[in-house]
Amino acid sequence: MKISFPHMGYSYIAFKWLVENIGHECIVPPEPSKKTLDLGVRYAPEFACIPFKILLGTYLEVAEKGAEIIITSGGMGPCRAGYYWVMHQYLLEEIEKNVKVIAFEPPLCDLKDFWKKINWLRVSGGLSVKDFLEVIKIAWEKIKAIDDVEMYSHKIRPYEVNRGDTTRALWKALEMLDEANNIEEIQDAKHEGLKLLGNILQDKSRNPLKIGIIGEIYVVLEPAANYYIQIMLGEMGVETDRSIYLTSYTRKNTIINLEGSIFEVAKPYLKEAPIGGHGVNSIGETILYAKHGFDGVIQLAPFACIPEIVAKSILPSVSRDLNIPLLTLFIDEQTGKAGVQTRLEAFVDLLERRREVKSGKFERLIV
Amino acid sequence: MAKIGIPRTLAYFTYFPFWKTFFEETGHEVVVSPPTTRAIMDRGVKEAVNDACIPIKIYHGHVAYLAGKVDCIFCPRLVSVRRHGDFGTETFCPKFLGLPDMIRLSLDDLPDIIDTRVDLKKGKNELLNVYLEVGSRLGNSKGEISKAYKRALQVQRDYQKILCQGVSPPEAIDLVLGDGAGAGQPRMRGYDLKIAVVGYPYAIYDSYINSGLLNILEKENVQVLTQDMLSDKVLNRQARTLPKDMFWYFSNRAVYGALHYINQGEISGVIHVTAFACGPDAMVDRLLEIEIRRRSQLPYLSITIDEHTGEAGVRTRIEAFLDMINYRRERR
Ligand code: SF4
Ligand code: SF4
Repeated sequence: MKISFPHMGYSYIAFKWLVENIGHECIVPPEPSKKTLDLGVRYAPEFACIPFKILLGTYLEVAEKGAEIIITSGGMGPCRAGYYWVMHQYLLEEIEKNVKVIAFEPPLCDLKDFWKKINWLRVSGGLSVKDFLEVIKIAWEKIKAIDDVEMYSHKIRPYEVNRGDTTRALWKALEMLDEANNIEEIQDAKHEGLKLLGNILQDKSRNPLKIGIIGEIYVVLEPAANYYIQIMLGEMGVETDRSIYLTSYTRKNTIINLEGSIFEVAKPYLKEAPIGGHGVNSIGETILYAKHGFDGVIQLAPFACIPEIVAKSILPSVSRDLNIPLLTLFIDEQTGKAGVQTRLEAFVDLLERRREVKSGKFERLIV
Repeated sequence: MAKIGIPRTLAYFTYFPFWKTFFEETGHEVVVSPPTTRAIMDRGVKEAVNDACIPIKIYHGHVAYLAGKVDCIFCPRLVSVRRHGDFGTETFCPKFLGLPDMIRLSLDDLPDIIDTRVDLKKGKNELLNVYLEVGSRLGNSKGEISKAYKRALQVQRDYQKILCQGVSPPEAIDLVLGDGAGAGQPRMRGYDLKIAVVGYPYAIYDSYINSGLLNILEKENVQVLTQDMLSDKVLNRQARTLPKDMFWYFSNRAVYGALHYINQGEISGVIHVTAFACGPDAMVDRLLEIEIRRRSQLPYLSITIDEHTGEAGVRTRIEAFLDMINYRRERR
């Protein structure tokens, strides 16, 4: 079977390995491009959210390359994401693409269906249960290692002396991880990768601003959908932290996971959870970033994203109460990279001036 | 005794008979905002977060209208009203889920907001529990509350019955609450044709935001059938015909309604009224378009409402739609 899946950041490296080692042919989804989006926009409803459009575009691209099956996630609401696969299937049928979308609904909702699909994947690939479990374990290690190196790169980048060194080292590290085939090789590749990143020529005298990145999962996770915002900010000398990684819920040492339930944190402002997507998280995370001394927060959201609109109507109060500046970037097909860059630069300027005023280094010229 | 403000939009068209009866029976006064006007809409547009859909903005406008005139505003947090859907997790659009908080943080000088959480999928007695909480917040005794609750249930049941006779909610509300003087004048002659009009109640029955859509159809001698004129039992039969239910109560109703009327075979077309930039409707609208085409030969019209919808625009589109229907009929 020729299998493909949605493109989300660097995770394709692990998913490709998984599909191939279960015994299927993998059609690797290309990084979303202008062409991907154009395709999605052409066939998607006008007010579908950007992730929906990009995924549809991706599916059309992989269908072109011969994919027969697309594996994705389902969901139980409250937001649209859990209904994506149904609509995608309808739309693919409408344009007569012979692709089947198979969605894994959350096992808590429908365990039987979940096992049925898992089992089908295994049997059609020709693996024993034991080998199948092993392959999944290795793939999971791979995802974790990918997240580890990416996370580290965001810490290093603001200090790099030669612009682009970090991103080049990250690519190197990812390539090594791509080639690793068992747990040991993955560990080695990860350590090599981290070392590569750590050895970059850095200027430790810098004191980077710290910005927290919050918002809707797809546009946060997919650099191609957010104009590589973390790289862009890193190269402006800003350190960024984001709470969402595919493996975040297994992590204990990250800022967001430190504080127990994010829903409790958000409660003074939003008494209901979940409200879909990352709406409540966006509020809770802004509070936590403020408490941990971050200089600002950037909210990334697809245009017309329902939960993020709810969050946006509440966030100004959080920002005022906790005195933390907030920039909301709504992303749609018309957003251009140059515009985003200008807004980011203005925001970073503002944060720098605030920091100088706070530390007393800067005397106000106009009293 | 408190003066309780109820905005005449969103869930108003679905639950007002219950609400009004309950509050009056517990000895309070109910103040409803007037039907949406330009001023109410403009106020809402000004106060609400600018990316919100027009119905949410209009809700802000109604709340702003009531502020200062009442002791509290009834804005229950609608989470679920039944156990339904593939996983039993049917809920409401995320904007409903966050509505009380949005209002509280977007509008200044608000009175107390009664934002009791309504999550009926949890169990059989949940609705009573909800109103025990609402009533006790207003200082009523358990006895008073239970009595009012029973009465309110009865009125709501009567309301459903009237709706199922093909009466539209605004008229049915007048009828069931005893003020039916001007409502439902008997028609002198029959209708030329029947059209299913589906969508969210706050889009269909608010004649300001949809530029008098139902009136236009009435004048064209078209009988309007909406999802609200069907019982849950009839509606839910359609669920099995879809690959997966949607997650949102009002969306499911709109979809099932359209599919039911198609199946029944008496209508000549389907009109879907949708709000500009509505999240769920991006899905609902395309789903309807595809399913209607696959299941019938009926024409489908989608009318999008926003701040700038004008009567002339809606009228032109309806007329063109009716022309097409008539043309098809003549050719047959
Ligand atoms: S959270 Fe936002 S992007 Fe995700 S499905 Fe909902 S509206 Fe779309
Ligand atoms: S369902 Fe659509 S119109 Fe209704 S509140 Fe949600 S986004 Fe707005």
